[in-house]
Amino acid sequence: MEDHGSEILRRALAALPDAIVDTHARLGEATLLVRSEQLIGVMRFLRDTAGLEFDMLSDLTCVDYLGETPRFEMVYHLYSLAHNHRVRVKSRVSEEDPRIDSCIPVWPAANWLEREVWDLYGIRFNGHPDLRRLLLYEEFEGHPLRKDYPKEKRQPLIGPRN
Amino acid sequence: MDESPHLLTERRRETPADDQSRDLHSEHQILNMGPSHPASHGTVKFVIELDGETIVDIDIQVGYLHRAFEKECESGTWYQAIPYTDRLNYNSAILANLGYCMAVEKLLGLETLERCQWLRVLAGELARIADHLTRCGAACLELAAMTPFLFGIESRELTWDLLEMLCGARVTSNFIRIGGVKHDMPPEFPNRCRGSIAKIRGLLRDFDDVVTENRIFVDRLRETGLISKEDCIRYGVTGPLLRACGVPLDLRKQEPYLVYEQIDFDVPIGTVGDNYDRYLVCVEEMHQSLRIVEQCLDHLEKMGPGPVNVDDPRVRWPAKGRVFNRMEELIQQFKSVTEGPRVPAGEGYFAIESANGELGFYLVSDGSAVPYKVRCRPPSLINLQPMPLMVRGALLADLIPTFDFINMIGGECDR
Repeated sequence: MEDHGSEILRRALAALPDAIVDTHARLGEATLLVRSEQLIGVMRFLRDTAGLEFDMLSDLTCVDYLGETPRFEMVYHLYSLAHNHRVRVKSRVSEEDPRIDSCIPVWPAANWLEREVWDLYGIRFNGHPDLRRLLLYEEFEGHPLRKDYPKEKRQPLIGPRN
Repeated sequence: MDESPHLLTERRRETPADDQSRDLHSEHQILNMGPSHPASHGTVKFVIELDGETIVDIDIQVGYLHRAFEKECESGTWYQAIPYTDRLNYNSAILANLGYCMAVEKLLGLETLERCQWLRVLAGELARIADHLTRCGAACLELAAMTPFLFGIESRELTWDLLEMLCGARVTSNFIRIGGVKHDMPPEFPNRCRGSIAKIRGLLRDFDDVVTENRIFVDRLRETGLISKEDCIRYGVTGPLLRACGVPLDLRKQEPYLVYEQIDFDVPIGTVGDNYDRYLVCVEEMHQSLRIVEQCLDHLEKMGPGPVNVDDPRVRWPAKGRVFNRMEELIQQFKSVTEGPRVPAGEGYFAIESANGELGFYLVSDGSAVPYKVRCRPPSLINLQPMPLMVRGALLADLIPTFDFINMIGGECDR
């Protein structure tokens, strides 16, 4: 697995040296840190290149590293059915302008997952056709999984508008 | 009055010629279904655009059971997240326990003992059977067939009784620990389990007799909820839904964890990917799970009693007798209870094959005793997303079996 992981990293680094900031394969998990402007290009490369063929977006989430700049980190887990291997792609998003391109054109699976990240972390996705909150209600203020959102905070539940 | 016709047949002739062309369905209507609807087991709201009885479009609104799983996990210790994972899926709590604990073990670099691994597989497969029984049984109920539902529920009771004997609780079992399991199985467990397996096989046979070739059931399921293999892959669908389309993706085979490599079992797949295929795949998976449980029992008996928890100072709980009599063990007990393990800084993703598909946990640790991030990859949510593709153009009534076989579990979908 470790060898396979480094093979994925080697191929990605060779093809896209400008887009990739950093890589690691700790715990046998191949990980790419990419520039957010070039995220979609990297994703298309990973999906369409023979030998990699990451045809499934298995998971998409965000981590809030409060105090670091850029503050947020988007995390994508990809899986390839044909080759049975995985890769993790990460990309940093700034606090001032929390935006990143939507992955829906590459995998439609990203739709709800990006809505969830908008809902809970307040990251906006460029080109998302329907960026509504997924789990919380529209009137909810703030994004609760941000580290500066207090766990004890309560908001009134607002009933449906008729 | 005299001119009006007396016979129905005559009246028919007088029907205006243009009546045929009058469009009765000129306006689409919007139907709200849920969030709590008797024909859907799961708290979810559908806003359906209907043309007569045909579904034109559907908006699925989830989130009614959101209870801040991730936020809660980020404020307790690594141990304190385990009971929350129980509440993700009420049918197969052990599988969620297992996914989380194995992800933490990956970060810790722990290798669990062999006996513990066999026990985990045993408990996990019992939970998978309970999950599939609920899916198939409830689908029958919602298609108005009471008897097969009772067969399903009776067998689920049998599996839950076994889990109660093994774990101490029926639903929220909280059995898996970081580095082991709560305790070894009781000595009378294997015999009881074999008895129950025979009963479950009998009930599955009864279920099969009344359902599998039942004309009404087959007509409601065949060719409904169709989705192509390609769409499933683009939408990240996993589990029985993907296997019903003919893709043999099962993480127990693809990325074998625990002792699945040593176990003999098959992965059933479907051909077209309709609801009927999903039903057949689920039933066959139950038979395979029963086979796995039997192999686990045989192996555990052959191994004989032994330790089930790894002897690692980071996760070990000292023996009670020593805690009461020795200072060091008392301190260790105190530290384990109040703080639990400190997980090395880093990130890790671990996925298991749950009853609904790939259940993954992505954990980030900053090196402290409190998780920095606990992300659950919920198969229910991701499998529900392409549902509009399955029901667009279908009749409203077909929504019910399709939603049943997606088996959306609110606790896991909304977290």
